[in-house]
Amino acid sequence: MGILISPKRLFDVPVHARCITPDTFSTLSLSEILNLEVHEGNRKRKLKELFEVSTGPYTSPEGFTIWMKGDFSKVRYIGYGMSTGKIVLEGVAGMHLGEEMKGGFIQVYGDAGSWVGSMMQGGRIEVFGDVGDYTGAAYRGSGRGMRGGEIIVHGNALNETGCYMRGGLIKVYGSVGQFTGMHMHGGTIMVGGETEGRDGAEMTKGKIVILGRVPSLLPTFKIEAIKPRVKVGEERVEGPFYMFTGDLAENGEGKLYVSKNNNPHLKEFEKYLSPVKVK
Amino acid sequence: MALLIRNGYVYDPMNGIDGEKMDILVEGGKIVDKLKSAEYEVIDASGMIVMPGGVDIHSHIAGSEVNAGRLLRPEDHAKDVELKTEITRSGVGYSVPSTFTTGYRYAKMGYTTVMNPSMPPLEAKHTHEELCDTPIIDKATYPLLGDWWFVLEYLRDGKIEECALHVAWMLYATKGYAIKLVNPGGLEAWGFGRNVRDIDDPVPYFNVTPREIIRGLCKVNKLLHLPHTIHVHTNNLGKPGNYETTLQTMKCVEDLSSGDKPCIHITHCQFSAFKGVDWREFYSGAEDIAKYVNFHKHVTIDMGQVIFTDTTTMTADGPFQYILHELTGNKWVNHDVETETSSGIVPFRYRRRSYVHSIQWCIGLELALLIRDPWRIFLTTDHPNAGPFTSYPQVIGWLISRKAREETLSKLNKRARETALLPSIDREYSLYEVAIATRAGQARALGLKDKGHLGVGGDADIAIYDVDPRKIDPSTQYDEYVKAFSKAAYTIKEGEIVVRNGEVVKVLDGKTYWVKVSSNSEYEVSEDMKRRFTEYWTVQFDNYPVSEAYLKRSKPVQVESEV
Repeated sequence: MGILISPKRLFDVPVHARCITPDTFSTLSLSEILNLEVHEGNRKRKLKELFEVSTGPYTSPEGFTIWMKGDFSKVRYIGYGMSTGKIVLEGVAGMHLGEEMKGGFIQVYGDAGSWVGSMMQGGRIEVFGDVGDYTGAAYRGSGRGMRGGEIIVHGNALNETGCYMRGGLIKVYGSVGQFTGMHMHGGTIMVGGETEGRDGAEMTKGKIVILGRVPSLLPTFKIEAIKPRVKVGEERVEGPFYMFTGDLAENGEGKLYVSKNNNPHLKEFEKYLSPVKVK
Repeated sequence: MALLIRNGYVYDPMNGIDGEKMDILVEGGKIVDKLKSAEYEVIDASGMIVMPGGVDIHSHIAGSEVNAGRLLRPEDHAKDVELKTEITRSGVGYSVPSTFTTGYRYAKMGYTTVMNPSMPPLEAKHTHEELCDTPIIDKATYPLLGDWWFVLEYLRDGKIEECALHVAWMLYATKGYAIKLVNPGGLEAWGFGRNVRDIDDPVPYFNVTPREIIRGLCKVNKLLHLPHTIHVHTNNLGKPGNYETTLQTMKCVEDLSSGDKPCIHITHCQFSAFKGVDWREFYSGAEDIAKYVNFHKHVTIDMGQVIFTDTTTMTADGPFQYILHELTGNKWVNHDVETETSSGIVPFRYRRRSYVHSIQWCIGLELALLIRDPWRIFLTTDHPNAGPFTSYPQVIGWLISRKAREETLSKLNKRARETALLPSIDREYSLYEVAIATRAGQARALGLKDKGHLGVGGDADIAIYDVDPRKIDPSTQYDEYVKAFSKAAYTIKEGEIVVRNGEVVKVLDGKTYWVKVSSNSEYEVSEDMKRRFTEYWTVQFDNYPVSEAYLKRSKPVQVESEV
C-alpha cells in the first residue's frame, strides 16, 4: 500500500511539512494522515487543507511508498528524518528535502531546492533535475554535515555542495557552483561537469573528483601526482587526474582530483611534481 | 495571596530542619508564623519535598558574551525550541537560551535566584537590559574588576583605601553585586598578546602580580563589608598542572580571613584542578584541593561539573579561549573589551570517549564528594561552560547515588575509569546536603539574608518537588529524583505560585540585587579618570554609569564600609 499526494493549489508562502515521511504515514490510517499538522507560513493547517491525499497500490522494494505529484517547490522538509520506505516525487521539491534522513530512498523526477539531504546519515536521494545550494551540507553554524548515504544529482548543483560533509557520497553529473566540498571532513564528492572554482576550500579530509573544467585552484593546494583513475564509491572513474592535497591553510589532508584532459591550463603544475627517480 | 503549604517534608538546612513533616505559611511575599487573612490557598505537599528556592552562584545568563554566543550558535537554537503559550513567550536555545526561556527554565527547576558572574563594566547596561528581560528569577551580576586599569594602578601604588572607594563607586556605577576576578592580570597581559604564567608573574606595563591583585581586592572586599567574597576564576585555568596555581591562590589570602568567615570563592573549580604535564599525562588534582579546603575555612568553591553534551564555552578569559579554539579547531569569538577585559567563546562538545573529558567529569564530582563540608562546595555547571543549567538535576542524581555514578562511569573512557579516584568514593549526598549545595550554602556565601531558608521573615521563594523521600530511596531510585528536580511540582516566588507541575503558570519580574556601599568619605571621580575616558573609551563618561531607574525592579543591598 502507499499514499498519493498532490497540492490543492500553488502556495505563496513556505509550507513546513515534516510529517510527509514513510515512517509517519505507514503507522497511520488515511483519516489520521489527513489530520496531520503542517505549517503554512505562521498558520497551523491540516494536511487535508493543503493537499489531496489518497491511498493507492504503490509498492517498491524499499517498502511503504509515497507518490507525490505536482509543484512542491514551497514545501519544505519532505522526508525529514525518514529511515525506511520510498518517496517518489514527480514535480519540484522544496528546500530541505530528506534532511537528517537515515534510510530509505527519495527519487525526484524534476528539480529540488537547497539543502537536499543536509545532515543525512544514510539512505539515498536521486534527483533527475537540478538542485540548489548546500546539498548534503550542515545546518547553519553547525559543523556536522552529511555523514552517510548517497545523493545523486543528474542535473546541476549550485554553491557549497557538501559543506561540512563528514561521510557518504555526493555525485553531481552536471556542473556545480563555487566552494564545492567547503570545510569537508570526510566522504566523497564527484562532479561530472565543470565548477566555478574555490573547490575544497578549508577541507581537511575527504575526496573531491572533478571531471570537467575548473577555472583555477586555490593557492593552498599542492600537487602530489597524476593518477590514471580514481575510485568514487564502488565505481572506478577513468582519468587521468591531477591529484592535489589541501587545504594547507587548515593543515588539511583532503584530496582533490581534477581531470587532466579537460584542464590544459593546469599543466604548469606538472613542473612542481617531484621528478621520477631514475637509477 | 496567602498560602498554606501543608504536610511537606521540609529541608531547610539554615534552620537545621532535615526532612521534618511540617507546614509553611506564606503571606505578603514572606514566610510568616501566623496568617493574618482568613482567605488562603492550601497546597497539599504530603509526600513531597519542600525546599527553599534554588540559588545559583555562578551562571552566565546575560550580557554581551552570552549574546555573542547566541549569535555564534544558530545550530544550538535549532535543536531546542520553546513555543509560546498564553502567558509565556517563545524562545530558543539549548546551551545559550534566550532571556525569557532562561527565566522560565530556572523556575521550572525550582530555582529563584541566579547570579550572572561576569560583566565587563563597559557592558553593564547591556547586561542589565538582559537581566531585566529574564523573568521570574531574582538576579545580580558581578563586574570584572581584576584587570581594571584603575584597580591595577591603585594596587601598584599600594593605595588600598582609595582602591576600596573606587571599587565601591564601580559597584554603584555598574549596579554590581560582588568583585569578580578572571585570570587576574592575565587578561590585561592578553591585550599585549601574552598571559601570566603564575600568580607571581607581573602584568606587563602595570608591574603588579596576580598575587597582589587577589590580595588587594580581598582586602578591599573586607574594607567594604561586601556581602559576597571575591569571586575568583584562577590563573592558568584549563591547563594541565594548574591545581598548584589554585592552591597558591587559596593560600595567598589565608591570613586575610577573620574567624570562620570565608574570604575567597574559587569558582568552577573543576577547570582549576588539573594535574599532570600535558593532555596525555593528565590527572585529577581534586584530592589535593579537597584536602586543602577541608583544613581551611576561608575558601568556598563551586563545582563546574562537566556534562557530556554539546555546549558553548564562554569566559572573559581570552587567552584560555584561544587555547580552546586551537585545541578543537571550532569556530570562535575573541574580543578585547576596550581597556577593561577580554572575552572569548568557543562551542565545545564533551565526549565520554575522550580521556580528558572523562577525567574532567570525575574531577567535579570528586571535589563535591571529597570536600566534607557541603556549606563550602556548591553545585554548578558554570553554565554554559561545562554544561547547561538544565542538567543540574542530573548532577544531583550523581551526588545522591553511587549507582548513578557507576552507570555513567561504565560508559566512560576506559583509561579514565581505571586511573580515576571517583569509583572508590562511596559517599552519597543526603537530601539535606543537596539542599545546602543547591540553595542554603550558596545563599549564605552570597550574603543573601532572605534567601535559601524557610525561616520566618525570609523571602517566600519555595520549591516543592513531587518525590517521597520516605518511600523512594535516593541511592537506588535516583532517576525518580532527577525527574522530580527537573520539574518542580510547585515553584513559589515572593509568595506567588509561578510553576505548577513543571509548567509556568504565572510570570512576574524578578528583582535585581546590587550593593550600595555607604562610606565615610565621599568618593569623587577624579578628573584624571574622566580625561582617560575621553581618550580611551568609546563611551562618554556621563553615559557610563547605570542609573537605578534603568533596572526594572531595583533591590539595593546596603552595606557600611570601613573607609
